[in-house]
Parts: sequence; C-alpha cells; structure tokens
Amino acid sequence: MSREKEVTRLSHQIYTHEEGLELQCGQMLAPLDIAYQTYGTLSPDRDNAILICHALTGDQYVADPHPITNKPGWWARMVGPGLPIDTNRFFVICSNVLGGCMGSTGSLSICRETGQPWDNDFPAITMHDITAAQAKLIDHFNIKRLFAVIGGSMGGMQVLSWAANYPERVFAAMPIATAPYQSAQNIAFNEVSRQAIFADPEWHGGKYRVHNTLPARGLGVARMMAHITYLSEEALTRKFGRRMRQNSVPAKENDLPLLFDGMFEVESYLRHQGSSFVKRFDANSYLTISRAMDYFDLAADHNADLAEIFRWSSTRFCVISFSSDWLFSTMQSRQLVRALNRAGANVSFVEIETDRGHDAFLLEEPDFDRTMRGFLRGAAAHAGLKETYHAG
Amino acid sequence: MRVDQQLIADMIPHGSRVLDVGSGDGHLIDYLFNHKGCEAQGIEIDMRSVTQSVAHGLPVIQGDADHDLADYPAHTFDYVVLQRTLQAVEKPREVLKQLLRIGRYAVVSFPNFGHWRLRWQLLHTGRMPMTPVWNTPWYITPNIHPCTIYDFMALCEAENYKVEKWLAVKEDGCSLPWHRSIRLANLFGEQALFLLRKA
Repeated sequence: MSREKEVTRLSHQIYTHEEGLELQCGQMLAPLDIAYQTYGTLSPDRDNAILICHALTGDQYVADPHPITNKPGWWARMVGPGLPIDTNRFFVICSNVLGGCMGSTGSLSICRETGQPWDNDFPAITMHDITAAQAKLIDHFNIKRLFAVIGGSMGGMQVLSWAANYPERVFAAMPIATAPYQSAQNIAFNEVSRQAIFADPEWHGGKYRVHNTLPARGLGVARMMAHITYLSEEALTRKFGRRMRQNSVPAKENDLPLLFDGMFEVESYLRHQGSSFVKRFDANSYLTISRAMDYFDLAADHNADLAEIFRWSSTRFCVISFSSDWLFSTMQSRQLVRALNRAGANVSFVEIETDRGHDAFLLEEPDFDRTMRGFLRGAAAHAGLKETYHAG
Repeated sequence: MRVDQQLIADMIPHGSRVLDVGSGDGHLIDYLFNHKGCEAQGIEIDMRSVTQSVAHGLPVIQGDADHDLADYPAHTFDYVVLQRTLQAVEKPREVLKQLLRIGRYAVVSFPNFGHWRLRWQLLHTGRMPMTPVWNTPWYITPNIHPCTIYDFMALCEAENYKVEKWLAVKEDGCSLPWHRSIRLANLFGEQALFLLRKA
C-alpha cells in the first residue's frame, strides 16, 4: 500500500481552528488542523496539563502504538500510569507539529484557495509558528497555564519557544538534548539530507504525488545520514563493530559492483532505518520542518540577548544534556543554562552520562528517568498539584 | 542534615532567596524549602550529586564556584552559602567577592587550619598534618587554599566585609563556646562559620 493511502486511511484525532493562523512569513493558513493525542485526566482546575513536543520526525503518538508501524509510541517508556511522566497525575497532550504529516496542516493538506494539496508549495514555517499552532490547541482545551512543556531535540526548541513567547503560560520547562539555536553543523547536515531528496529522480520538483511517485531513495538516504548523527562512534562500535552480515544479497542482484558483495552490519542497519522511515514520512514535510529547525535562533528571533528574553520569567527550567550527544552537545545546553542564570531564572541542569549519543533521550537511561520524575514531582509540589487525578 | 548545616539554616530567615554553592546531596536546600519556605537553589560540581538532587525535585545545576557565579546578576539572592568549599576553590578572594555581589549576605564555612592538632603535628613531625578534617595527602588534596580563622578575618577586613556573626565549630558540627575569644576559637575550632555582608 502506498504511504499516501495509508495516511488517508488513518483517522487522527484533530482539532480544526477555523480562523486559522497567521504565519511569521505573513501568510494566512486557514483552517488550521492540529492532530493530537491526550493521556490522563485534566483536573477540574485545568492545572495539571503537560505538553510534550516531538522531534523532527516524531509525531503525536507519544505513548500509544504508531498507526502505521504498529510500534510502541516513541516515548511509551516515559509516558503512562506510574511512569516518570505519570498520567495518573498529569494530563498529557502531544500534537503533531504544524507542517507535519500525521494529520496536522502540512504538505499533505489541501490548500483552500487552490483546492489542491500543498505539496512543496507549503509556506515556510518557524518554531514560533509551530508553538503558536500548539497554543491554539491549548486554548481549545481552555488551559490557561501548562504545568509543564517538555521536549527533546527539535521538541526542546519548541519548549524554549514556549517559555520565551508565553512565559506566563509555562510553569515548568524541560528542554532536553537541544540548543537555543540551530548550529551551523546541524544546518549542514540538514542540507545534505535535503540535497539527497532533491537528487532523487522521483522527486519531480516536489510534485511527486502528482506524478504518483515517491522520492523514497532520496528520503531514505536523508534518514540514513541523519541517523548517524543521532548515534555516537562508541554506540556504533558497541552495536555493530566491523561485523559483516551473513547471507546478504549478492551484489549483482542489487546491480552493484562485486566489490559490494557482503555487507557490514552497520550498513544493513542504516538501510533498514532509511526504508522504514519512508513508509511513514512525507518528503515535503521533512523539508518544511527541517527548514524550520534551521531558522531557529531564539536570541535573533527576539532581537535580544538570551538572558534578556528570560529576564522576568518565573518558569522553572530543567535543562538536560547527554554526554555523548555531538548533535546537540552539552556545551550548547550549558550556554543556555548560563543565559538562564544571567536572567536570574530558576534552573536545574543535569548532564546524563551515556555513550548512546543524541538518541539517548529516547532510550532507557535510568538517571534520565529519575531526573524527569524528580523534577516534575518537585515542580508539582511548588505548583500545589494534587497527587492523582482520575476520571469520574 | 549535618549539624553544621543546621547552624547555617538557623542563620537564614524564613522566605529568603538562597543559593547554596557546593550543595552536595542537597539536604540544606531541601530543608530550607520545606521548613523555612525559602526559594533555594544549588550549584554542585559533582554530576552524580547533581543528578541525585534534581531527582529529588531540587533545583540544582552542575557548575563550580570559580566559574559559574559570575553569570548571576547582582543582588539575585538574599543569602549565598558556601559550605566547606572556600579552601578548595582557585581564587578564594574572587569567589567571596562574587558571593557578596549576587547575595546580600554570604554564609561561609571552612575547615580551620589553625587548629591546635594541625599546629602540633607540623611542629612535632615536621610533615603535613593529617586529621579527620584534613584527611588527604598534600599531593592529591583538593584543598589548595587552607586558611586559619585569623587569616579569614584579616581578608574580610582587607576586603571591607562586615562579619555579622561568627562561630567556631567542632568536627561533628556542634558549635563551640568561644564566641568572644578569636584566639581560642582559632586554636580549638576545627571549622569556622561566618555570616558576612558588605560594609
């Protein structure tokens, strides 16, 4: 089944904001669809809501099985009853980002003016637009102040945007494995990903859906390259070393020179990552969102020093980095922490010791779980939240 | 909580904004929040202790007195606490200056190198003293700037800091009775605790 058919077959939970959203680029996007999932029960005072912001290729299925891959939610080990983000206590909201391809308005949506899908004509969006769209959803729930906004990687950029743009609406903020701006190195990696997509003959200048094709090779290569940046040399060595895969397909069957008879395990792993990704992600959406990431520079957006942005913030921050993450390094988190200190904000900062690179924030890391649980518990005590909320 | 931490807590009024530099396991800030309604934060150099503190819901960042105090704006806190750390920092004088820039008051504790047992050991054996308080050999000790109570008072005078309160403390943290005689405190106090402000 083609990806498009799979997506249309899905019925996401969607809030439609008819008035739409005016983007930073000046374009009006109406109506605005935000696909979302919720977990737990909203308290009568509406004070126990946590917004979870997903990363570049994540989606709203944070804790339940993914409707296309049937794999557990991307943070199923973190979000649920009794888990660090405890749904017995908190009401968790996770929405597909604006520009995404899992039900929120994005490249797959129909443009009202033309009656055609946006495809590659979807307007340029920013982190600011993404959080503004989320804010419409939070308004819809009639939630004045979120107890916490949590996210890793690009999700962390959204957390920082929330804390900067809506300080009075964020009691606690957890930017994880992220940075206050997209580094030149990360822009460079994104550019390689994009060029891989553009170079695919099936790309058709972004109108691949009109041609009933998919730039699967290009998007797959983009994912393979990006995936390397999510790991670390140590983790790759530990997982794969120089081992060759047994029984791999002979090179001539793949139209490759004899030189490529036999395959390293790491190659096979990356190919799998690439091919499974294209089943669930739209190339135009990938371009839109990766570009929004590249544009992200909190200080420049506010035309001010980082510390100035958070000067009057009463938000409680917990910044977390991972020691082997070279995509969003501890140094960048520390830069953020120093700015928050200069702002006189309430900050916690932990670097988790791990060899698993950037991906660590999605994996089993006991110290990370403890930090998450403890910070939320401490913040909840300060916010005066009750221990549990149950429906009915 | 250690007995000497209780003495520190007793110096801090209810509802103060406090920064604990070298917050260790976080017991003091935990106590200050729960029992004295303080808005207390910590800085700790050891990442394991930081993780443990944050996992207990305490606001602590990883950092150290020499490099991270300069970030805070002036008068951010009512009290800044430096427990048993002054002797281990690179630039004690600069750190003190930072404490009294970002806080109205500084609470500083340090092990007293003037204690009679240290004097006696050096005199008697001719080697660097080793006691329960000074318990690492000279070649690996982090305590690179030891001082006596006299030395500390002299520095406060030179820097124009007012000593609001001072106590000599035994190793177990109990306060000692020499409130008047600095000479006796300097001889018998294993540790010293000072409450300072800018004159």
